[in-house]
This record gives sequence, C-alpha cells and structure tokens, in this order.
Amino acid sequence: MSVVVPTQRRWRSVVPAWATLPLVGGGVIILLWVIIGFTIPLWAPYDPVSLAGMRFQPPSAEHWLGTDALGRDVFTRTLYGVRHSFPIAVVVIGCALVIGCTVGAIAGYVGGLLDSVLMRLVDVTLSFPAILLAMAVTASLGPGLGNAAIAMVIVWWPIYARLMRAQVLSVRNREHVEAAVASGATRPRVLIKHILPLCWSPIIVNATMDFGQVVLLAASLSFIGLGAVPPTPEWGQMISDGALQFYRWWIALGPGLAILTVVLASNFLGDGLRDFLDPRAK
Amino acid sequence: MTAPLLQIEDLTVSFGNRSGAAFQAVSGVDLTVRAGEVQGIVGESGSGKSVTMLAVMQLLSPSAAIAGSIKLDGQELTGLSDRQMRKIRGARIGYIFQDPMTALNPLLTVGQQISEAVRIHKPEASRSEAKQRAVELLRLVAIPMPEKRAEQYPHEFSGGMRQRAVIAMAMANEPDLLIADEPTTALDVTIQAQIMELLDRLRREKGVGIVLVTHDLGVVAGVAKSLSIMYAGRIVERGLVDDVFAAPHHPYTRGLLDSLPQMDQRVERLRAIAGAPPPISARPSGCAFHPRCSYAIERCLVERPPLRPVGPVEAACHRAEHVAAESRARQDA
Repeated sequence: MSVVVPTQRRWRSVVPAWATLPLVGGGVIILLWVIIGFTIPLWAPYDPVSLAGMRFQPPSAEHWLGTDALGRDVFTRTLYGVRHSFPIAVVVIGCALVIGCTVGAIAGYVGGLLDSVLMRLVDVTLSFPAILLAMAVTASLGPGLGNAAIAMVIVWWPIYARLMRAQVLSVRNREHVEAAVASGATRPRVLIKHILPLCWSPIIVNATMDFGQVVLLAASLSFIGLGAVPPTPEWGQMISDGALQFYRWWIALGPGLAILTVVLASNFLGDGLRDFLDPRAK
Repeated sequence: MTAPLLQIEDLTVSFGNRSGAAFQAVSGVDLTVRAGEVQGIVGESGSGKSVTMLAVMQLLSPSAAIAGSIKLDGQELTGLSDRQMRKIRGARIGYIFQDPMTALNPLLTVGQQISEAVRIHKPEASRSEAKQRAVELLRLVAIPMPEKRAEQYPHEFSGGMRQRAVIAMAMANEPDLLIADEPTTALDVTIQAQIMELLDRLRREKGVGIVLVTHDLGVVAGVAKSLSIMYAGRIVERGLVDDVFAAPHHPYTRGLLDSLPQMDQRVERLRAIAGAPPPISARPSGCAFHPRCSYAIERCLVERPPLRPVGPVEAACHRAEHVAAESRARQDA
C-alpha cells in the first residue's frame, strides 16, 4: 500500500521542526549584522569619520547612500553604526537580566515583606515612561553612550524582575519542588536547582524582543543628543544629522533602515523563540 | 514489642486566618508506627491525613500552628529548627508524593535527581559514587536496565516507572520511615498492585516503617497491619486491619466498607455515604459525623465521643457496640 505524503509534510521532514520562518529570518538578519560588526574594518569602502568625497552627494555608484554634511560616506557609517548599537544592547540587556532576575527570583521565593518592598520599587520605576526616565538619568549623568547604557539598565531591570517573580511564583508550588524540600534540600539549593531552570523560557523570549527595543532607545537618546557624541557613527546621531536636511533624504535613510531591520528581526526572533520554547502558546 | 519508630501524640494542627479565627485541620491525633510495619491511614479528602503527614515533615506553611508531640525514634520533632529538620527530611524520613507525573523535576535526568538526593545528605560522596548509588536504587525498585534508565528524563518514563523512581529517591538515604501519601492514586489498578508489592518488599527487606495514606481501603487491606480511619481531623476508628474489616465499630468505617463493590454479591447500586464531609470552617457539634450517620442519637449531637477500646479495636462512637453487633450479624448472614 502506498501512502501519499502531503507536500507540506514532506517539506517538514527535510526542515527540522524548530526552523520556522520568523526564527530563521530574524536570526539570519541579526547574524548578518553581527558579522558586519566584526569584519567591517577589513572591507569598509571608506573611513567612517573622515572625508570621503563632496558633501551632500546623492546616492551613486561610489556612495551607495550618498554623503553627509561633512562629506562622509553614509553607507559606511551605517555599517559602522552596528559596532556601537549592538554592544550597548548586549550590555544593557545582560545587566538588566542579571539584576532583574536576581531581584525577581528572591522576591518570588522569599515572599513576605521583602517581596512587597522589592516589588514596590519595581512599580515605582515602571511608573515612569521608559524614554523619560532614561532621558532624566542620562541628562543628570552627562551625555555619552556609557551613561546612556547605565540609564537604560535602570529603565529595564524592573521588567525582568516582574517576569522572573511571576515565573518563580508559578513554579515554586509544583510538587517536584516540594519533593526536593522533603528530601532535605536547603532553600538556595531548591531555588537554583529546582525552580530557576524552569523559569527561563519567557525571559529569554522577552530579552530577545527587548534587544531591538534597546537599540531603538539608545538611538533615541543619541537623537536628542544624550547618547553618542559626534563624530561617532551612531544611528540615532546620524538620523538627527539628517533630520535637518529634509530634501537630502539619503542621510537619514541608511541608519533608519538599519534600526528598522534590527527591531523587526529581534521581534521575529523573539516570536519564533516563543513558539519554539512554549508549544502551548501557538 | 519494639519501641515505636514514629509516635504521634495528641497532635493538633490549626490554621489561622487574617481575622484571627483558627480552624483545626487535625485534632488530637495519636498514631504509632513500628519499624517493619505498615500503618494505614484512611479517610476522605479533607479529613486531615495529608496535613498530619506534612506536620511530621514540618512542610506545612508557617501559618499552621502545631501542638502535641511527634517523636521519631524517641526524638522530639516539634520545635526543631529548619536546619535540624533538614537533617531528618530525606535522611531519616522519606516522603513519597501522590502524583509521580509532577513529583520529578522535568529538566534533570532521573539519575541526576536521585544522585542529588544522595549528595544532599552525603556531601562527601563523589559524583560517580552518587551516580552509582542512583543506579543501585533504581535496581532496588525493580526498574529494568537501570544504567540506561538513569540517563533518561522523567518524560521518558511511564507513570508506574516514575512512581518507582520517586520511591527510589525517597529510599536514597536508607530512611527508617517512609511516608507514602496516596502513592497509587494517580496510577492504573494493575500498576497500583505492583507499587504496593514494591513497598511491601522494601518493608520486608529493609525493615522500614511505612505510613500509607490513602482513601482506598483495598490498597490498605493488602499490605497494612494496622489501620486508622480519619474523619474531620480526628481518628474515628483504629485497630488491626483484620479486626476492623471483620467488624467495623464506627458507622463511618462501616459506610466506607459498604461503598466498596463486592465480588460475591450482585448489587444494583453501591451504597454511598450520604452527604459530604463538613468543611473545616463549619464542623458539626458533638460527633462530627452525626449529620451523615444513620445510627445518630440525641447524645451524638451534643457530646463528642472519645476514642475508646471496643472489643478488639478502638472506636470513637457512642453506639460502637451496636454498630459492631450489626456488622457481625451482616457478616454472618
């Protein structure tokens, strides 16, 4: 007896189940940017901070995205921009994860007064709009990418604290946790071995999606002059240069597209990861 | 007669709520378990069986107030600090949970979990020693190919196999006492029999005392030596399993036995006990069972019957003699 296999299923047997379009598409774009970031000095057509030709050149064969007010190549500067945006996003997300998850896990597991105090702190921080709080903190610390990063960590950690606390609360009453306590395990051991490993998936998804958001917020801070200082080829900084040149649209086009691709890709990647990590959510 | 392994005297567990009212989940429970003996505790949901056992392990929430005495091998457990209790949990008392589907950590292999249970109480044991011990324990609970099984995750185990793994974990440090809280409730009947057989073998070979908490009289009949029936937080009847089954002295026990299907009789409908167990917040006056009891008399409404020796057993019923006589008459007929 012959069995007719539907095309889709045959396709499924070639491509592994986890390889969904959002996951692969988002992953490839992010990976491309990472490769560009690491290798750009080796093959960049021009120097990002020195004169490359006439000022305000429209896009052409020599200057794919034209030149800016100082005659620098916009395409080169856009590609170099990733070397500022990505490390910042990684550091900010990383620090926010460490602080937020530690606070959230302790609050959720210990409970009681400590939980209330920590969560009120989270509530207070979250009650300010992210951009406003980040602006206020950066402004008081002084402009610069480093200070902007500190501000963004302050804005971002409460999100993970809340997420982690909710996860810990839902996992800590499972029977295997009680079983671990019944076998004489200490409280830190129960938390680390039997609760935390089951808490990660929504946090990983959230962190992936937030990656794009942090890139965007970093660019926003630079746009209003609180982040990168000229002549750093930073995307927000470049858009703010271009914002004054309305008829020379190409100056803002490169960095704008760059931010767009990163934010979209990280959202796709996060979506794909969620479907992969939590099959029930489909 | 050997000294009791676990001796619970006059245990009362009450839970307070925010308005200050306290509810007794367990009232004045006495229980004795000897080494190498299975003690059955039977009762409906909410009768205080699990709370009693969790009180022994001190796994109740901090809002629970425990009064009375719990002695393990002569050592008083109530009032021990959490640090001292940790040395007893898992090392001297093993706890088997009801649902083997959720009692194992899904992210650790079965072998890792068992070796962890070993290393908690033997930190000096090396990884490979603990792993070897895990394989040994899996063999003890009759899991085929223990070396291979130890490398697998809980989802690769069937329900019965998981419960065996849970038992292996409880046995990791050769405890003197096993508390099995409804160990077979979540399993098929055929698997139930295998698990009970396994527990009985551990009792014979390792000489552990076992407290078997269940709401299934059939499970108790097979392996337990003595039996306590709980209702609304109190023990209403206790004695040797054979004596209790031969002639129940408490109407509640009688009702439980009547509600079992009989193999040798044709019945149209099983006789269930009318009504539902009282909620903890509204326990009836006098004997807590009187609203559901067909033997109830005036006295039962006002005076709570104490647990007293009646014939071969102890029963907490004003009319125990009457109930027993009727039980015997029915048995003979």
